[in-house]
Amino acid sequence: MGGKIGELEAEKHVRYILLVEKRKDDFESVVTEHLRMNGAYWGLTTLDLLGKLEIVDQDEVVSWVMECQHESGGFGGNIGHDPHIVHTLSAVQVLALFDKLNVLDIDKIANYIAGLQNVDGSFSGDMWGEIDTRFSYIAICCLSLLQCLDKINVEKAVNYIMSCKNLDGGFGCTPGAESHAGQIFCCVGALALTGSLHHVDKDLLGWWLCERQVKSGGLNGRPEKLPDVCYSWWVLSSLIMIDRAHWIDKDKLIKFIIDCQDRENGGISDRPDDAVDVFHTYFGVAGLSLLEYPEVKAVDPAYALPVHVVNRIFFSR
Amino acid sequence: MEWKEEGDKRPLSQRPEWSDVTPVPQDDGPNPVVPIAYKDDFTETMDYFRAVYFADERSLRSLHVTAEAILMNAGNYTVWHFRRLILEALNADLHEELDFIKKVANGNPKNYQIWHHRRWVAEKLGTDATSEELDFTKKILSLDAKNYHAWSHRQWVLQELGGWEDELDYCKQLLEDDIFNNSAWNQRYFVITKSPFLGGLEAMRESEVNYTVGAIIAKPENESPWRYLRGLYKDDTQSWVNDPQVSSVCLKVLSAKRSTVFALSTLLDLLCHGFQPSQDFINAVDALKTPDLDLSDSNLATAVCSVLGRMDPMRVNYWTWRKNKLPAQTA
Repeated sequence: MGGKIGELEAEKHVRYILLVEKRKDDFESVVTEHLRMNGAYWGLTTLDLLGKLEIVDQDEVVSWVMECQHESGGFGGNIGHDPHIVHTLSAVQVLALFDKLNVLDIDKIANYIAGLQNVDGSFSGDMWGEIDTRFSYIAICCLSLLQCLDKINVEKAVNYIMSCKNLDGGFGCTPGAESHAGQIFCCVGALALTGSLHHVDKDLLGWWLCERQVKSGGLNGRPEKLPDVCYSWWVLSSLIMIDRAHWIDKDKLIKFIIDCQDRENGGISDRPDDAVDVFHTYFGVAGLSLLEYPEVKAVDPAYALPVHVVNRIFFSR
Repeated sequence: MEWKEEGDKRPLSQRPEWSDVTPVPQDDGPNPVVPIAYKDDFTETMDYFRAVYFADERSLRSLHVTAEAILMNAGNYTVWHFRRLILEALNADLHEELDFIKKVANGNPKNYQIWHHRRWVAEKLGTDATSEELDFTKKILSLDAKNYHAWSHRQWVLQELGGWEDELDYCKQLLEDDIFNNSAWNQRYFVITKSPFLGGLEAMRESEVNYTVGAIIAKPENESPWRYLRGLYKDDTQSWVNDPQVSSVCLKVLSAKRSTVFALSTLLDLLCHGFQPSQDFINAVDALKTPDLDLSDSNLATAVCSVLGRMDPMRVNYWTWRKNKLPAQTA
């Protein structure tokens, strides 16, 4: 196994994430105001995986998160923004990182999410009705973390996901939509969390997923697309959930991720020499975690949270 | 065309129609985790947006300010939400709204909010929107033929509003442009399995197999048509194993000795499902082995796995696993 200590610029990545969180004047921070909840989840989870979550003032974060909750029970991407299922999961995940799920009115959130399930078992992202298997994963992950999956019709949710399965063994956003590694993560993750992985053709899907590795060692999300560090997370976590991660060349993937670091200022990009961002920094670090890279904490492939956080939720009370 | 009125470039604070509104700044909480200093013009627009949003003022000027906010930042879903409430309240012309979306989409073809809004508008317009939506997605796909949002929207249009008639031709044209376009192969499968005009998968199988075999011969390294070919038989594994077109395209590619990974893997699948190979297959695989591979005492399926492990070292563990789980009848 590759991955030598010292190749991962962990300290610089931590500094980069903290800097992004504090940045004031650039356009990027302005136009991402509405998705700060989601960004906070990616950034804070990365800090935890790198063993540096204690740097953050958790009381400030928790009070901000709670101010983003809407009377419907859902959370918005920031204070004063409409609730959406994406930010609701991010809020729950952030609170889980800080062991603060006890501040939540669990029934209220669970009812909000259950209210987004449609008669065919699919989920909408919010009251406006956009449907996508991403939202199926989010609903199931969120309710599972809150230990109340019984609030939804799990069987119908699973059936809808299975209706999105394609001839190549993969899954798309809706029935008939092209297989895409990001959607596959969502579908496989939702099936894993509901104990339904027996529905997956693991050998066929596993082969499609390992075919995503290209010569550079990186993974793409669909045939003939460029490799991108984000698929180190989406593809690899899916392969782990179906027990087929050994079908790719792990050393080559580690090298690809390491080559995507900004070694001067920290952060990880989609491909070598591109501009870094918080999302790809998470995907790179979490990918390395799945590859058992030294000095990175283990991440849970289905919950997308550090394993110690998941264990704390399910085994310590 | 309400969005054209953003020709007024004065700050909102200097426009008479906004003089009665007190702008509301973003609340970042008492001790902001991440204080954000917004850009001036953007800040002002958003402050006025928040004022009308919190007052729930569904007026023409509110519609204008959502347009300005969206043109500056199309990702803010709350602005889109409020815009829909205003459009409904004003009973606005939704064809004009499609024009507005087109303008925003030009710079943001991968923005979730735009596509969701577009679907909402198209759903309200119903079949009046069919040809406009097919044209719109075609235009976006002409710039990026794999845009996932555009394909998803197009599939929704076909299923909900119709317009299937030319879709198979459209797939054919896209595959002529780029035979490796997996999105177009996926759409092709979508059409032959779901179009109300084509009679379904079995009715289409023969002509589709012919088409696919041609695509494979042209570019045997192309993953998409190999998977498509298997998909044409779906759960009917026996027909797939017995169809001479399937085995013969494998043999043809193997004999040409270039880009043989998918031909070998298809042959392997066939063997695992009871295909009885002729001597030609054995000879063709034998010709592919490297001198260091001793396959003298192995059967064909085992030899195929060994050759694949050598040819495709990145996935050697997969091919080794395939070798270890070969069913007894192939031995």
